[in-house]
Amino acid sequence: MELTSLSVAGLQQKLRAKEVSPADTVRALEARIAQVDPQIHGYLSRDFDAALKLAESADVSLPLGGVPIAIKDVINVTGEPCTAASKILLGYRSNYDATVIRKLRAAGAIPFGRTNLDEFAMGSSTENSAFGRTNNPWDTSRVPGGSSGGSAAVVASHEAFASLGSDTGGSIRQPAALCGCVGLKPTYGRVSRFGLIAFASSLDQIGPFTKTVRDAGLLLNVISGRDPQDSTSLDEPVPDYTAQLGRDLKGVRLGLPREYFIEGVDPQVDSAVRAAIKHYESLGAEIVDVSLPNTEHAVGVYYIIATAEASANLARFDGVRYGHRAPDPTGLLDQYGRTREEGFGPEVKRRIILGTYVLSSGYYDAYYLRAQKVRTLIRDDFTKAFEKCDAIVCPTSPEPAFKAGDRSDDPLKMYLADIFTIAANLAGICGISVPCGFANVDGRQLPIGLQILGKPFGEAQLLQIADAYEQSTDWHNAQPTLA
Amino acid sequence: MSAAFDVRYTAQLARLNLSEEETAKFQAQLSQVLAYVEKLEKVDVTGVEPTAHANAVFNVFRQDVPRDWFTPEQALSNAPRSANQLFVVPKVIE
Repeated sequence: MELTSLSVAGLQQKLRAKEVSPADTVRALEARIAQVDPQIHGYLSRDFDAALKLAESADVSLPLGGVPIAIKDVINVTGEPCTAASKILLGYRSNYDATVIRKLRAAGAIPFGRTNLDEFAMGSSTENSAFGRTNNPWDTSRVPGGSSGGSAAVVASHEAFASLGSDTGGSIRQPAALCGCVGLKPTYGRVSRFGLIAFASSLDQIGPFTKTVRDAGLLLNVISGRDPQDSTSLDEPVPDYTAQLGRDLKGVRLGLPREYFIEGVDPQVDSAVRAAIKHYESLGAEIVDVSLPNTEHAVGVYYIIATAEASANLARFDGVRYGHRAPDPTGLLDQYGRTREEGFGPEVKRRIILGTYVLSSGYYDAYYLRAQKVRTLIRDDFTKAFEKCDAIVCPTSPEPAFKAGDRSDDPLKMYLADIFTIAANLAGICGISVPCGFANVDGRQLPIGLQILGKPFGEAQLLQIADAYEQSTDWHNAQPTLA
Repeated sequence: MSAAFDVRYTAQLARLNLSEEETAKFQAQLSQVLAYVEKLEKVDVTGVEPTAHANAVFNVFRQDVPRDWFTPEQALSNAPRSANQLFVVPKVIE
């Protein structure tokens, strides 16, 4: 077995047994990246020498000692670029570590490589990157999903053991589904957002991409917890997220939301998810019907709230303190207007305009305030559903990976790709996507993701439920063939 | 409502210049998106409180104590233009 094929847990065994050194690990990744990344384009940059230096002093007895972890290029790492895949941040270098990076370092991990994304995490295909799209490892003519498409693709193609991404409306779970790996969005407030370039502050959450559910637990153990520098991070206890793995599912109730099994879902996705539910029954779980009646409003609510928050957050890109500045401004307004025109790509511009409009005088109540009220209804739906079940199971994405270019100029159609993931962000609950089969499309095998949604701060049980499925099926062992 | 949507004016509010081509394109695309989100008008939200944060906490305080953070050099290290430990911007006062 290739070193780069190992899970984080598998790599740790070899590191602790001194069969390999952290430096060997970084070198193996570098070789793998050189071999396959020209086809994938999952990385925007990486500093091999810096990682090797960290590897030399890594303490493998620490929780993630000597384990390299790829970072979405929207999380600050001291001395490294952080472009958000935008021309407006070309040349920027971070002067500080995000809290998740500080925690990874304290646990002995090695941040290595900056992964591609949709510009400012706005998109569902990674086609909105200003630096070129990322390709799906299972079919390079297709998208890897988004916005954390690079973080998903590098794990699926074994160019990383694990990575961090961010999820505002599905940006971890949807690319994990489309690339065939595990992607976990923690509960809002579980993980500090300090040092994450803000997109929609009431929805954003950082989480891991891994090859196994256990690995997701190992990373969550390290990155979770209250942070004085993020007032929305909550002071909930951080249990050992791997402690509950392996327990049987007797007495566990899984809810099937009828609104998620609808027309418009790809038939191969539908049958794979239904087969997964049957499998859960055979593992002893009880299946119950639940209803999330406000599901149909989630996409509309999301595109009001997320764009409103984004228009405010992205006001800081004004050409004054960092990033691009338009040449020879005649005045401050001219500097703002042209800097932002030149620096932002089309999708970011669209969302800034939409967000500015829904917040503008005379429209605030009709759009933004109403959306926040419907958000309450969506949240209440989940609260009620969780009275009847421990977790909700459904598809992650209504379809497998689509062809690059297919919908890049149809924003509304692209927005509907997130139809099953958005509600979890609005409700602030946790969710995970795990591989549950393949769709055969044009003679290619394309991964399908099973989404499991858990109660707020219910990650331990969520991971237990996901792990029980994974460990009794073989989907997570499948690998894409890359020349 | 979306009939009143004017990309050109909204872009001005956002301090974002647009080309003629972008203006026309975004006007059409975003009108479509607005027509979609206007479905929310039909939802009965009588007596429903708005949610600003899903797991909201209130009155979060921390000790107000000085601590080390950026040096002036670090704070200016990404500035497009700086001088005398200050950011340089176009003249704002005539």
